[in-house]
Amino acid sequence: MKGVLKPEAAAAMIPDGASLMIGGFMAVGTPERLIDALVARGARGLTVIANDTAMPGKGIGKLISAGCVAHVIASHIGLNPETQAKMIAGEIGCELVPQGTLVERIRAGGVGLGGVLTPTGLGTEVEDGKQVVEVQGKRYLLETPLTADFALIAAHTADYIGNLSYMLTAHNFNPVMAMAGRTVIAEPDSIVPLGVIAPDAVKTPGVLVDHLLIRKG
Amino acid sequence: MDAKDLIARRVAREIKPGMLVNLGIGLPSMVANFVPAARGVFFQAENGVIGLGARPPEGMEDRHLTDAGGGFVTAVPGAAAIDSAMSFGLIRGGHLDMTVLGGLQVDEEGHLANWKVPGKMVPGMGGAMDLVTGADCVIVAMQHAAKGQSKIVPRCTLPLTALRRVDLVVTDLAVLRPEADGLHLAERAPGISVDEILAATEARLVVPAEVPEMRLD
Repeated sequence: MKGVLKPEAAAAMIPDGASLMIGGFMAVGTPERLIDALVARGARGLTVIANDTAMPGKGIGKLISAGCVAHVIASHIGLNPETQAKMIAGEIGCELVPQGTLVERIRAGGVGLGGVLTPTGLGTEVEDGKQVVEVQGKRYLLETPLTADFALIAAHTADYIGNLSYMLTAHNFNPVMAMAGRTVIAEPDSIVPLGVIAPDAVKTPGVLVDHLLIRKG
Repeated sequence: MDAKDLIARRVAREIKPGMLVNLGIGLPSMVANFVPAARGVFFQAENGVIGLGARPPEGMEDRHLTDAGGGFVTAVPGAAAIDSAMSFGLIRGGHLDMTVLGGLQVDEEGHLANWKVPGKMVPGMGGAMDLVTGADCVIVAMQHAAKGQSKIVPRCTLPLTALRRVDLVVTDLAVLRPEADGLHLAERAPGISVDEILAATEARLVVPAEVPEMRLD
């Protein structure tokens, strides 16, 4: 862990055109203060890899509304009409990926695998242009790994060296993305002394985390 | 009885004690209302909880505990919080006993289309492709027709969700069981005749001599 950052310093570190993995599922478990800082900085041309684009006014929806995003890789954009409208108008490029495939592509990128073989998407539009591989008599799609310049993570608790724990349905994509970003910035609800998070409760080891967002106020 | 209640009550009868079940958002989520707690069923929400419970009391909602539609929920005693990789590992890996999803079309081969209307609605597939590919049992819960158009069709004209033949289709008019030789008319909704069902169905149905009425208890 390299140290704590104020939101504006984190946003300044992320250049226009960067690729970002952003944790969250319908804005639950999404680093809202990091997103607010990117909007305030007027970031442009970002590629966002995330489960969804939330809804207008929440989480990633704020990046979409503010025109920060050029490209989205997500499993679902149905609850954000702005993303759909911008996609149809050609302002945002959008790659839709089955949710289970998306998380495994990110996992593959983070753990050094050359791809994933999944039956999901066989015989559908998702198969178009992809290699089909037969293993032990079963057919699979070869899906490629995903990495990003930055992973923006929301955690429930962090300690001083960046060990992270998560709460209930706010885990979602966060632990997996924390392995797949070249620079990992975590926004915890609380920062606690070393030892307060028991080793068994650590879901993201601090060695993966480059920066913590300083607590509010 | 309200058509959606009827569908949800009929689907609930398929859920057996001890099952792990995933309910889609919208109509399918209503099925939980008709499954008694004593049946010992665990509901999975793919955003990351096994053991989804009812809505929390007013004022007790917490943003770290929502269902896949983003609504506030509770967790039952014995619940487990999981990340998206584990969640879809359960789904794809054959650990999920049943999924109940909504549908746009089901055809004579038992194929489901439920994620895209080209040029009109492109919400993304979310978890639907993984669920239909991986669950032990796939039940489609939907209205028999939309805007006067039968949703039970000879061949899906909308993009398929998966190649897999679904196991059961429950509508406000009928229960259909897709088999290798076509869609079997298994049950009639209360007060609905076989002729009424055939008149409302664009697909060819296999009709046995006796078609019992749905049981809803």
